Amino acid sequence: MMMTRRYLGLYLVAATIAVLPLLIPNGFYLDLVIRMGINAVIVLGLNLLIGFAGQISMGHAGFIGIGAFATAVLPTHFGWPPFAALLAGAAAAGLLAAFVARPIFRLKGHYLAMATLGLGIIINIVLRNEAKYTGGPDGMPVPPFTLLGLTVDGDRQWYWIVSAILMVSVWASINLMNSPFGRALRALHGSEVAAQVVGVNITRYKVTIFVMSAVFASLMGSVTAHYVGFVSPALADFGHSIELITMVVVGGMASVFGSLVGAVLLTALPQALATFEGWETVAFGVILILCMIFMPRGLVPTLAARLGGRRP
Amino acid sequence: MRGMLRKTIGGMAFAASIMNSAIAAEPIKVGSVLSVTGPAAFLGDPELKTLQMYVDDLNKKGGLLGRPLELVHYDDGSDANKANAFAKRLIEDDKVDFIVGGTTTGSTMSMVPLVEKAGVPFMSLAGAVVVVEPVKKWVFKASTTDRIAAERVLTDMKKRGMTKIALLSDTAGFGQSGKAQTESVVGKYGITLVANETYGPKDTDMTPQLTKIRNTPGVEAIFVFGFGQGPAILTKNIKQLGIELPVYHAHGVGSDEFIKLAGPAAEGVRALAPALMISDKLPGSDPQKPIVANYVKAFEERWKDRVSMFGGQAHDNFFIVVDAIKRAGSVDKAKVRDEIEATRKYIGTGGEVTMTPTDHMGLDLWSLRMLEVKNGTWVEAQ
Amino acid sequence: MFAEFLQFLFSGLTIGATYALAALGFTIIYNASNVINFAQGEFIMLGGMLAVYFTDAGLPMPVALPLAVLIPAIAGALMARLTIEPIKGAETVTLIIVTIGASLVIRGLIQVWLGKASHGLPAFSGEKPIRLLGATLMPQSLWVLGVSALLVLALWYFFNRTLTGKAMLATSFNRVAAELVGINTGWVLFMSFSLSAGLGALGGILVTPITLTSFDAGIMFGLKGFVAAVVGGLGNGLGAVVGGLLVGVIEAFGAGYLSSAYKDAIPFVLILFILFFMPRGLFGVKITDRV
Repeated sequence: MMMTRRYLGLYLVAATIAVLPLLIPNGFYLDLVIRMGINAVIVLGLNLLIGFAGQISMGHAGFIGIGAFATAVLPTHFGWPPFAALLAGAAAAGLLAAFVARPIFRLKGHYLAMATLGLGIIINIVLRNEAKYTGGPDGMPVPPFTLLGLTVDGDRQWYWIVSAILMVSVWASINLMNSPFGRALRALHGSEVAAQVVGVNITRYKVTIFVMSAVFASLMGSVTAHYVGFVSPALADFGHSIELITMVVVGGMASVFGSLVGAVLLTALPQALATFEGWETVAFGVILILCMIFMPRGLVPTLAARLGGRRP
Repeated sequence: MRGMLRKTIGGMAFAASIMNSAIAAEPIKVGSVLSVTGPAAFLGDPELKTLQMYVDDLNKKGGLLGRPLELVHYDDGSDANKANAFAKRLIEDDKVDFIVGGTTTGSTMSMVPLVEKAGVPFMSLAGAVVVVEPVKKWVFKASTTDRIAAERVLTDMKKRGMTKIALLSDTAGFGQSGKAQTESVVGKYGITLVANETYGPKDTDMTPQLTKIRNTPGVEAIFVFGFGQGPAILTKNIKQLGIELPVYHAHGVGSDEFIKLAGPAAEGVRALAPALMISDKLPGSDPQKPIVANYVKAFEERWKDRVSMFGGQAHDNFFIVVDAIKRAGSVDKAKVRDEIEATRKYIGTGGEVTMTPTDHMGLDLWSLRMLEVKNGTWVEAQ
Repeated sequence: MFAEFLQFLFSGLTIGATYALAALGFTIIYNASNVINFAQGEFIMLGGMLAVYFTDAGLPMPVALPLAVLIPAIAGALMARLTIEPIKGAETVTLIIVTIGASLVIRGLIQVWLGKASHGLPAFSGEKPIRLLGATLMPQSLWVLGVSALLVLALWYFFNRTLTGKAMLATSFNRVAAELVGINTGWVLFMSFSLSAGLGALGGILVTPITLTSFDAGIMFGLKGFVAAVVGGLGNGLGAVVGGLLVGVIEAFGAGYLSSAYKDAIPFVLILFILFFMPRGLFGVKITDRV
């Protein structure tokens, strides 16, 4: 009983993924759905940080940029195989995250927000300046992804790959939430001092979570690069970081389902707003404000509470 | 008998004309992804306005091949990743017949693989030479390149006997690709770059970079590659620091806006611009005069705003496709593509365009005029 | 050599003064409500853009400029009322998102209403550069530095010598205690936003003759002002000013002596440096937290 309850969300996601290809009318919608999936994985990682550990990363797009450009630059200029480049990107992102997080997390307060703000912008500037390797502000094309002689070709194949990654991420997140690690995280968010008193090594947990979310982001950055076939430094800019935080907050902090909903809605939103002709910025801003005022906990937790059910 | 025949023929003709108008009513879809917001909004905004204006205008005159035109446009917010997604939407969902767009080189290059795969004629509005070099089957760009701009300025510098210059480029795509092109062709003209600085497009003070340039021994001129407010602030800084060197700009500043923003400091500055920007000073004999005069009049009347060379590029690219469709007699993508490639001596706001299978740009060095600010206004330099 | 150094210093101080004003704006709001207002940069932009609009519309400068300060001040109060007050006490992330939403609304509205072009204002006392020991300074820079200094003094006096100012400070130290002694804390929120917005707008007007303005001029000002506030110690007024000047000067020196390409990265490297070694900032105070 417990098992089914806990994994209900996972089965729902699996069912949706299986049925979706039959409903998609054309290549554009397939592309949109794949982008939603990619964003969902990134947001799941980010939500662990924001929702559970209560820390804000304002430069997460920087990690996406690291993964994306690692997988573009290393094969193109240095002849690395794509999979190795992908792992290298993830490792670089993880190490960078650990390096920054260790001194920051020893402090109390929202210093991570400021540090990640700085870090994200620095990464963006480096990507834009080192034109010899990265193609500069105009970006560069990405070779297709090959592994063991097989090449991924076509949006359909990417759909299944991204779906598989998403399923694994959702499963991992659900398990994490209900494990001792997850409980420690929630204790952290509730009260750091109390958590410390009970014996939780808060710095170690915070660093671990930050590194995990950075690695998630980098991996999906690499996936994006191969899928789109093109990377530009705009992938790593401040606006993109804000979009990601928005997905977490609008969907629902500390909620796995909320992460998915947030990713889906906010990936589709620019497409929906495209009809607003010049008013998109204002419309997006108004939507953000209204969401925060009327649903500060996010869509999924608010709806769940309204429907009188238990917390997700 | 005769009456019956006449009635039958009449009936058939009537039925055919109904069928014809049913087909005729289906619009020709013009797709466009432009940077109407974000850092490149300064370029994308007039581009959109130009396309809207001429689509409406053509429709008033009866459309193209008897069919109305429908403009489907999306704003990529100066983000190349968004451009890629919108291009997919145009090709797969809106099923457009051709695309005019890609304000920045980044957004153009992110759309190139898609149009190549789907076989949709694509007229790019970006500036970098990499868009058409190497030549891509479905991608055309009837607008000047950064390499042409660099060579045009260097030609003029060589004529004046300069051998050592300073380069100052902005860090956005326009400046960076301009910098790369300048660095690659500078040797051809016997010129060396003794100083090579950059500035951010939204920077508000370039005196540090200019001080470095001023203190570099042997500098004979400054070449600025940028657009928007940066060059204007630069120009004021140059005057403030008392730097007396000749200043050349690429093709991003040849507008009245620049003179207004830079003020009296702009006097004597040289810049490249298409004939469009000095339309009122062109002699009647200039082959571009009728086209640019019409464009200026139409744009100012409709939008109550000054023309921009970027809007002019949209005009040229759009009409090259329109002419190609007329010659092809259909919107069959392959036929239209072939006709675009067969464009000969099309006179636009940016110069004369002749495309070939190995040249999808079609403009030459002299499509850009060398202008100079004299008495607070742009004139052609001697 | 020295002339070069001095030139970098002058340009650094001028731009630093605008960062200082932005940082002050952040500080005032942070002190009153613990909110990091990411729309601060947009108020700076509003000042410049509105000043241009009013002078273009024919209003004389003495009327146009005060209007260009007043309207953003009202906008600030409006923002506090519509977006911050309803979610008082929410999580930091929520507050950040709301202020970002507000900044998008302001920027978007100006973009639609006033367009995307850049604009300038005539310099207050002419464009003839002042030569000083081999370096040059624009008269407008003196206006920026001078008025900023006056503003800082005025604010110091306001917060330390007037009852209203002290009431605002009291609210930032302990809201409940302030309410208990009869301070209308809701009003303090509006006042702080209004003051910050007006301050930012005035700064924007002062620098527009030098920096020009456009609908997106606020983004960089906001980010760098925030960095300056953190460098100086978030919540400390003197720190904000020193932080702003420091960021501007280091940026100018970086562009002049190191690399102009990486100039923009300097403030953000600085913030990482400060957070690693001096997280309270230069003048920050130790804070204690109730368990």
